[in-house]
Amino acid sequence: MSSRVAVIGIGITEFGELWDESYRALITKAGTEAINDAGIEGNEIDGLYIGSMSPGLFSGQEHVSSLVADYSGLAGIPATRVEAACASGGLAFREAYISLKSGLMDIVVAGGVEKMTDSPTSSVMITLMGAGDQEWEAFKGATFPALYALMARRHMFEYGTTLEQISEVAVKSHHNATLNPNAQFKFNVTLKQVMNSPPVAEPLRLLHCSPITDGAAAVVLATEKKAKKLCENPIWVEASAISTDTIALHDRRSLSRMDASIRAAKYAYEQANLKPSDIDFAEVHDCFSIAEIMAIESLGFCKPGEGGKLTEDGETKLDGSIPINPSGGLKGKGHPVGATGIAQIVEVVEQLRGDAGKRQIDGAEIGLTHNIGGSGGTCVIHIFSNR
Amino acid sequence: MVGIVGYGVYLPIYRIKVEEIARVWGTNGSRISKSLFIYEKTVPSIDEDTVTISVEAARNAVEHSEVNPKEIGAIYVGSESHPYVVKPTATIVAAAIDAIENLTAADYEFACKAGTAAIQTCMGLVESDIIKYGLAIGADTSQGKPGDALEYTASAGGAAFIIGKEGVIGEIKDTYSYTTDTPDFWRREGRDFPSHGARFTGKPAYFKHIISAARGIMERNDMKPKDFDYLVLHQPNGKFPETAAKTLGFTREQLHNSLLVPYIGNTYSGSTLLGLAATLDKANGGDKILVVSYGSGAGSDAFIIEVTKENEKRRNKKTVKKYMEKRIYIDYSTYAKFKGKLKGVALQK
Repeated sequence: MSSRVAVIGIGITEFGELWDESYRALITKAGTEAINDAGIEGNEIDGLYIGSMSPGLFSGQEHVSSLVADYSGLAGIPATRVEAACASGGLAFREAYISLKSGLMDIVVAGGVEKMTDSPTSSVMITLMGAGDQEWEAFKGATFPALYALMARRHMFEYGTTLEQISEVAVKSHHNATLNPNAQFKFNVTLKQVMNSPPVAEPLRLLHCSPITDGAAAVVLATEKKAKKLCENPIWVEASAISTDTIALHDRRSLSRMDASIRAAKYAYEQANLKPSDIDFAEVHDCFSIAEIMAIESLGFCKPGEGGKLTEDGETKLDGSIPINPSGGLKGKGHPVGATGIAQIVEVVEQLRGDAGKRQIDGAEIGLTHNIGGSGGTCVIHIFSNR
Repeated sequence: MVGIVGYGVYLPIYRIKVEEIARVWGTNGSRISKSLFIYEKTVPSIDEDTVTISVEAARNAVEHSEVNPKEIGAIYVGSESHPYVVKPTATIVAAAIDAIENLTAADYEFACKAGTAAIQTCMGLVESDIIKYGLAIGADTSQGKPGDALEYTASAGGAAFIIGKEGVIGEIKDTYSYTTDTPDFWRREGRDFPSHGARFTGKPAYFKHIISAARGIMERNDMKPKDFDYLVLHQPNGKFPETAAKTLGFTREQLHNSLLVPYIGNTYSGSTLLGLAATLDKANGGDKILVVSYGSGAGSDAFIIEVTKENEKRRNKKTVKKYMEKRIYIDYSTYAKFKGKLKGVALQK
């Protein structure tokens, strides 16, 4: 077995409607912060991996691997764009991890970025639907709120999950976001506000849906040898797993669970030689509140169908038995699609370093990230530890 | 000192309720009313346009000012719905009020702030004694794509202001502008309806310019919000001016008198000027008014106006309130006919 891989530097921009920030400005800002945090020089970097879902449709810019290398002052180094819809960030990290595990590189940067507010909302909806099946879903009029609404309905039907339980996810996410200086929505919402917000796709309402966001995040990865030399508190990658599933929702065996999540979780736990009960906290993909309930079930933090109850009982809060989305999640922190997977990792590293400020989870040693593409066509899971 | 010598307003008689527009598009009218703070809007009749609205307002202004129209040396009409792309609205107004022939005239366009830009031009010509009186008009029959969010607010109306040095009812103490190149709202040549940047029209556009212009003029004159009796802002909906006023440190009471949009809609180039007219309808000698317009693209013109005793002596009888009270409600189909939204219409007998 080759040597371990660690995260030795992190950087993240503010998330939100950043009218004055361009695509290239966002990613270079996050990247520079990560490099400075790692205390390395540009010429020590062997490669770049950039997760970005659709800069071509959002801003007309493709070929972002070269763009990012260029504007980082690193033109010349190998740079690769990775795309797996909303899981682009998580997958970019995995590709960076593989490049180190292969022995080809020693230090690489994995970034994620999306600039979504350059387009009107109607175009953003169409662009995001590119993550679904064009022929069988998009052309028939489906949008992601609609697909997740179908999953919510089925989950409610099969397990008796209530709208109150789904709404509690958003209440908790917003609360955690108030403690995160980079979050898009730094305000609390009440259960009543969530339940009475305008319907988007019944039963999902506005406050069950993650927003349109601009933002970027970046991390520096290093081999064990380099990490030990360069970094006092490396955060170790204990597992990197991915699974895919049918791209269209209607082809799944079940609407109330995501098999890609279940499989990726199984691989990750096997790799890390850990059980769900060993995980101290997790950043999961709550693009819609129902998705968090399904995620915590897939990750084995409770039995299938009990995610709603676990949430309602407060176990996923910061002081609960398994804190979920201490960053505020996609709902509270914001969801710049390509950046999300890396932003989750930034949060886990901050927590494991003990640098998460007011949202710090006491004694956190093992954290997990769960990043979904589309309606579950891709799931990327990473497990990290500070030991 | 240069100031307002007289003013006149005009609003079409027809109204459509937000509820009625929402009924057609299957949206929630009461929720839209609450979130945009708008209940109904004016609709121009089939034979009304920016020219007819400008002429009505100009006639009222001449009547109120008691000036001889032959002494008006400049007419500028600000609008984004001039009936002709090439051929001025201003010359039609000049002929209608008998201000021809010894005058200069032109049409202005700066989205919703062309009317206040017209006032600034008149101020310069009057101040430098090139002309005795100038007539500045802001009027629109604004457009909103059927089903677009704009359709709930885009309305029609206008106001005309005569600028001069004699018989001033409101002295213009200072004017200050804040302009950037910000593409928040636009309509290209040959297009029937405007496009907009949705949420981009808020913080980086309306709020940035209104607040910068208001703060700039207050700072230059060493004045604070409490020094003003009234605040008049451009009103694309009811919520934006309320939020801007609060951010600037003004009270609801200072703004409230000029906030017409909940019942007449967004009259675009007429919006700020109608708000100022409604304020002058009430204001007494010594009252101070801060006026800030906003035009997409984008810019804001701010004015500090001090009302004189002359305003009380010569109250405008054709008040904004009178035009607001005269109203006939129509349904969406009549609205669609009036606004020319129906395709392939046969010639009427």
